[in-house]
Order: sequence, then structure tokens, then C-alpha cells
Amino acid sequence: MSVVTNTTTIGAIEAPSRRNTELMMLAFSVAIPVFAYINVGLALDGKLPAGVLGYGLGLGLLAAVAHLVVRKFAKYADPLMLPLAVLLNGLGLVMIWRLDQSPRLILRAESAYGAFSADAPKQMLYSAIGVALFVAVLLIIKDHRILQRYTYISMAAALVLLTLPMFFPARYGARIWISLGPINIQPGEFAKIIIAVFFSGYLMVKRDALALASRRFLGLYLPRGRDLGPILMVWAMSILILVFETDLGTSLLFFGMFVVMLYVATERTSWIVFGLLMSAAGAVGVASFAPHVQQRVDAWLNPFSTAVFDGQSDQIGQSLMSFGAGGTLGTGWGQGNSDLIKFAANSDFILSSFGEELGLAGIMALFMVYGLIVERGVRTALAARDPFGKLLAVGLSGAFAIQVFVVAGGVMGLIPLTGMTMPFLAAGGSSVIANWALIAILIRISDTARRPAPAPAPSPDAEMTQVVRP
Amino acid sequence: MNRPLRRIAVFCGVLMLALLIRANWLQYFQAEELNENDRNRRVQIARYASERGDIIVDSKPITGSEQTDDTDYVYKRTYVDGPMWAPVTGYASQAFDANQIEKIEDGILSGTSDRLFFDRTTAMFTGDKKKGGNVVTTLSGAAQKAAFTGLGKKKGAVVAVEPRTGRILALASTPSYDPAGFAGYSRADEKRWQALERDESKPMLNRALREIYPPGSPFKVLTAAAALEHGAVDDIEEPTDTPEPYILPNTRVPMKNLAQGCENVSLKKALEISCNSVFAKLADEVGREKMLETAEKFGFNREHFTPVRAEASVYDREMERSENSLSAIGQFNTATTPLQMAMVAAGIANDGRLMKPYMIDRLESPDLDVIEQHEPEELSRPVSQKTAQLVQEMMENVVESGSGANARIPGVTVGGKTGTAQHGPQNSKRPYAWFISYAKTDEGSPVAVAVIVEDDGRTARDDISGGGLAAPIARSVMEAVLKK
Repeated sequence: MSVVTNTTTIGAIEAPSRRNTELMMLAFSVAIPVFAYINVGLALDGKLPAGVLGYGLGLGLLAAVAHLVVRKFAKYADPLMLPLAVLLNGLGLVMIWRLDQSPRLILRAESAYGAFSADAPKQMLYSAIGVALFVAVLLIIKDHRILQRYTYISMAAALVLLTLPMFFPARYGARIWISLGPINIQPGEFAKIIIAVFFSGYLMVKRDALALASRRFLGLYLPRGRDLGPILMVWAMSILILVFETDLGTSLLFFGMFVVMLYVATERTSWIVFGLLMSAAGAVGVASFAPHVQQRVDAWLNPFSTAVFDGQSDQIGQSLMSFGAGGTLGTGWGQGNSDLIKFAANSDFILSSFGEELGLAGIMALFMVYGLIVERGVRTALAARDPFGKLLAVGLSGAFAIQVFVVAGGVMGLIPLTGMTMPFLAAGGSSVIANWALIAILIRISDTARRPAPAPAPSPDAEMTQVVRP
Repeated sequence: MNRPLRRIAVFCGVLMLALLIRANWLQYFQAEELNENDRNRRVQIARYASERGDIIVDSKPITGSEQTDDTDYVYKRTYVDGPMWAPVTGYASQAFDANQIEKIEDGILSGTSDRLFFDRTTAMFTGDKKKGGNVVTTLSGAAQKAAFTGLGKKKGAVVAVEPRTGRILALASTPSYDPAGFAGYSRADEKRWQALERDESKPMLNRALREIYPPGSPFKVLTAAAALEHGAVDDIEEPTDTPEPYILPNTRVPMKNLAQGCENVSLKKALEISCNSVFAKLADEVGREKMLETAEKFGFNREHFTPVRAEASVYDREMERSENSLSAIGQFNTATTPLQMAMVAAGIANDGRLMKPYMIDRLESPDLDVIEQHEPEELSRPVSQKTAQLVQEMMENVVESGSGANARIPGVTVGGKTGTAQHGPQNSKRPYAWFISYAKTDEGSPVAVAVIVEDDGRTARDDISGGGLAAPIARSVMEAVLKK
């Protein structure tokens, strides 16, 4: 008896896997950066850049490997996420390569450190490692629910990761790095994913207790301490550590992710109110005793004042002027002066470089790409059938959205600058590698979510029930 | 769990929307403001990215550009006769921004102006290198040279205008500075800049346009014009009924006369020998309101844009009667720029029609197409033709038989008025020597000049006089213009 003749309502018709769609989109995702690369070469030197083949092939190869692995091991995954990530990664590479050619930055690096080293080859390497991790995640985690088993290990791992940088010297004013010889790792980027796993696992188990076993207090439902305790403690610790390490962005990110996941798990709006109150209290508290936070706020309010621009940092002002110089259509790739932002032009402020050279049009397109990734992530959460998957997917995509908002808002002067990097675009290993892992997990969840339900076991009563059919 | 998920989706959408709105705000609405920000080095980089256009006098450039080996600033500004032309050109420095014409017409000179859009677009297709346009001035090289060398080591300023049109022919200010000295951004440039900033003689002050001085006696020309215009005097030869001493209204203070024989003299004679009492009394008869009206019609109490901004000269709006009388002889609060006094002379010389002073004749594209041509504009008619001609008669008398003898030019009608403006507490400071004048030919007046010599360390105090120090400078400037 074949499956198709089964009379249950769940059909086992093969859902389209959309792998070919993904392949076509990937072709675009590789072609666009290659054209951009040629464009930069023509704008800067008037001839095809020497490395166009190398970078083009490299990016193409990475995309191909990732695609083949998805095709084989996550057949039903969302077809949009991988191409979007490849596109961002490719565009970031082009911009980093373009800034490597800036005589201003080269001179500056030579006078400050004695030598200039190009960032684009490193970024290419990091992208390769990132894709390798992407492949590894898809190969090792056959089902995302396995992660659930590591709830408490994740908690410990995240805390260790977050604590470690305290034992290493501060770089650029923040203690968020682990330096092992030539390798510098920003563990916060990885902790983001791991802590999402912990939140999901914990909340899934405790969500009923958190939602229902609560006392009403001032119109808000307050849960019992033993339910909320651990999570609150983890959250508070991470915030404290981060504040101590002066990593504002990541603490904001963790807090936002925590509130989002709690809200989704408990379906109680009071959490939002509670979260907002706590963040307001936290912000006031931190701002009142941390001088660097006050500086950031000051720089945000008056980026062009003498004290800020000539004193602590001209980065925000330079960034705003970069965006202004770009205007609607941009100066054209390779023809802007975003290198005036100095060393952070290709990392923290890479969005300003895009703003100047691609203009408002380019920036809006970039935001759309980020928005699409988030949208696909939330859609995955909606489609996921298990609460753990739902929570993990929404946590990761919410964190992604918050990170994009905090970074872009910071460099555009919408909110105070906090010092994180644009996912995939910015130069820097940890960010690229961690975000590839994040995409891998989302792809894994979406694969499980979109996978057709297994055929139900044949019903022994099938023959009997057929009799009563008219 | 799906309902909160949908809300989270909306929340993420709101975050993205906020970013999109901010990007639009920043890059569309605020872009211009950000691009004009003083701290935006892009302006400086663009200013020197290509060969800068020139400022032109007598169809010869008084500026230039030289190529450097810098990554940011490919070109550097050079100047021909920098100190002489500094009050006209201003400076364009890689480190210290720019001012005056270099700043005001930066868009044309650096080639970034929208008005050069067409040229830029064609250059894009023809592959020509971007180059700035030119600013053609109204100045006369000969007149400027006469003014600058005339001032020499003395501190002071000269402004010469063409009364018929308002074209500025000379604009000199001493001591001056060489804008080429700090055109770059090297340590040496910085040192020269700081030295100029510290210099107590203020070489970077454009005395011709930005400094206001007590005008002293030359202001009497304006008072005489006001008296004639408002009917306080009808006949310039008639006695004015002035007592000696004249007591300032509402006070017991007698008005001092340096000249002898001012009692009851005619207006003409009073201007010739510069009687304070006569003009103090006339100003009182005209009244503050009418005096103010005439002064403001001549351009007092407002800034003038040539297009370089000139400070507003002052004729006080709220004075006592006695103070009005003091003001009418150029004392009390009255203070004027040399440009303003040149405008007074020009208005009289042009038969009562005051033309707007300007020093940019036209703007040219890099291909020498005219982008903008300045047309002479009338600023006001401070006095009637008849009044103006009566004042001319008196001023010519001053040069012929009075203190302005040093300004005489054979075969040319010259009118003028000298002045020695005392200032400081109890007039303790060294006085300023003033001279305003105009020359006249059959076709009207080609030039009106105002000269002020602020201080000449080497002249004994009693020898400081408008006729002695300032009039010869005015004469040589007028001669330079007439010779052309």
C-alpha cells in the first residue's frame, strides 16, 4: 500500500526543496561583489584589479561548498539565507579591499605601526573559516533539538567566554578580546549564540512556570524567584561582566535578546514592560557611574563640539560627514573619502564607508538585505514545530536584528555608539565566523521546520473505515 | 507562541524602519548641512584636489596653484604680490581654511559649484582634468599699487571706488601679510600663521572693510550735505549765524574750534577751514532724525557685501541733542570703515547717486565662459543732484584753497576733505589722519578715494594731519586711475 493512498489529512507530498532557487540566487550573490570589485579597480587605477580572479573564485568556491553541503545535509532549508549571507560577506570583502588601497590609511598605518598590512586577505581567510564552521555545524548538528541537551553547559560556556577577556589587556579601550599570539578573538560574538541556546533550553522547560505561577504585583505578573532566578542571574552576570569590560553593545544585545525570548516563551506582555523598566534603570545606573558611557552619550549629542571632535574622538562626526558626502547616490565605489574616519573605516564604521560610496540607495539596499535575513529567521521561528526551535530561531534572529540596529544606529548617530560590528560586512574574524555559525543554526532549524512530516504509520483500521465511505 | 512571534517580527521591522528613516534623514535632508560643516575635510580636499581657478586683476591672475606631492592636497595656492592683494583675495590655506574671495567664491574657484555643472559634465566625457573657474575683479592694478606703496610702512587703509558704477578700484590695508606664507600645512606654515595671529599690529585685519574708525572732519561733508538737503542752509556763501564759542545744546560745554575765525562764517568757508562749531550747530538745526536719515542713506548702520562683508559703520540712533552735534563732526559714537567714507565721497561725486560698491566683475568657467556678470546697482540717492553739486563746489574749494592742497592734480578737478581724528580717553591717543576725495573729468567722476593713516610711528604727533599724510596717497591713487 502506498503512502499516497493513505487517508489521513497530512499529505506526504514532497515539498519543493528550493535548492535550485538557492543556487541561482547564489550566482547573483557572487556576481554582484565581483562586479563591485571590478568597479573599484576601474575607479582607483583605471584598470581591472589584479586580484579580481582570486577574490571572485574564492567567494564562488565558498558559496559552492556551502551550497553543496546545504543541498546534501539540509535539503529543505530556507533558500534565501545562504545567498544573503554570501552577498553581505562579498560586499564587505570588496569594501575592505577598497580601503586597503587608500593611500591615506597606508601612510597612517606606516607612521603609527611602522608597516601596513592589508585586511582583505585576512578577511578572505576568516570567511573561509566561517564557511568551514558553517559546514561543521550542519554536519555535526543533524537536528537542532540536540542543542537542548547542552542547556546548562551552554550557560557555563557563555559565562567563561564572557569572563575570559578580563584577563587580557584592553584594546581600543575595550576589554573584549582574547589574544593568543597573532590571533585575536572577540568571544562576545560567540557567546551571543551560546547564550541563545541556554535561554531557549531553559525557557522551554520553565515557560509554563514563568507564565502561570506568578503573583500579581502592581498590575504586573511577577514569577516565582526559583523560576526566574537562574536566568536573571545569568543575565545580570553577563551585563556586569560586559559593563566591566566596557562592552556596551554586547550588553544591550544580550538584554534585548533576553527580553525578546522571555516574551515569546511566556506570551506575557508584562515582560516587555518589565524589561523596559529594567533597561531604563540599568542605563541610568551605568551612565551615572561609568565615565566612558557619559562620553559616548556626549559624543552622540554633540558630535561636532570641540570637546568631542578635537578631544575624545572625531569618529562620529567623521562618520556623519561620510554619510552626508554620500548623499542620495553616493560618490561611487572607490571615490569617497571615508578613510578620514581612520582605522575603523573598515571595521566599526564600515557602514559609513558604504554610506559615502554607495549613497542612500546603497545603504537602503543593505538594510533590506539585513531585514530579509531577520525576516527569514523569524519566519523560521514561526514555522518551527518545537518550542525550543522557535525560541532559538527567534532569539538568534532577534539578536541579529538588534545588533544591526545598534551598530547602524550608532554610526548614523541615531543612538549612542556602542562599538560592535556590522555582521558579515566588517573586517574582523570573530564576527564573520560567529555569524556564519548563526546562519548555519538558522538554516538547520528551517530545514527541520520545512521538512515534510514523516508519513504516519499505516493505520490497521484503514480498510475498515473505507467501508463507510459513501 | 506564534502571536508574540509575529509581534517580534513587527518589532524587528520597526528597528529596520528606524534605520531607513535615519539614513534618509542623514543622506538626503541633512547632507548639505554636513557637507558644509567647517570640520569636513572633504571641503579642503576638494578645494586642493585640482588646479584652483584664479583671481584676476587687469586680466592678469594675482593667484596661482602649484602641484605638491601630498596625498590629500594635490595643489597649493600661490600668490603674486601677496601682501598687496591680501585684503582683496583673502587666503586659501590647506590648514587654516580660507576667507574673503577665496572662501566666498570657493565653489567657482575649486570647480565644485553647481553652476559649473555643465562644464564638469562635458569634462567627464572629454576626459579633461577638473579645473576651477576664475573670479575677475574690478580692481585696478595701478591704483592698488599706488595705494599700497603710498601707505608703505604706515598703518592704515585705502579704498578707491568708481563713483559712476560702484566698482572698487583699490582696497589696500597695511600692515599686510602674505597669504602664500601659510598656504600649506607644514610646521613652517603653522608657525607663520601663529606669528600673524599674535602680531599686535594685526596684519590679518582687513582695515579697509572690517575696522571702524572715528571719521573726524571728513564726516563734515556728510553733515554739510544733510544741512543743504534738509534746508538748514540754502546758500553756501551766506553767513551761518554761528556764535563763537558755540555752546553744545542742553549743556554748558563750548564746542572747541581748532581753526581761527569761525564766528559766523559761511558753510563753504567752514568746510575749508574745518569749523567744528558751524557743523555742530547745523547738525542741531537739521536734527538727529534727519541727520540719521542722510547718514543711513549713505550706507551707515548696515553691513555692505562687496561681496566680502564690510563692517557696519555707526551713526548712533539714540542720541542726545549735544551728542548729535558731536557726531556731526565725526566724534562721539560715530565710526566708519574706510569703505564707507569712500562711499560718501563717491555719492557726492556722482551727483547724489550712490552706487553699490562691488569688487567682483564676473565669474568665469574654466573655459572662460561668463557664468555671472555683475551689473552696477544703485544703492540709494542720499541727496539731490543740486545738493551734491553744492557740496562738490565746497570740496573742490578745500583742495584749491584749503587743507587739501596736497591732493591737487594739474588739469583735473579734485574735491576733498582732510581730517585728523582724535580718539582715546581725552584724545590721548595718536590721532588718525583722514582724507577723502574724488577726481572729476568731463565725463563725470572716475574715482573717489578714502585714505586713513592710523599711525605712523615716525611722524611727530603734531605733524599728523590728513592733508599732510593721507592726501598725497589719495592723489597718487587718483592719478593712477586717471592715467589709464
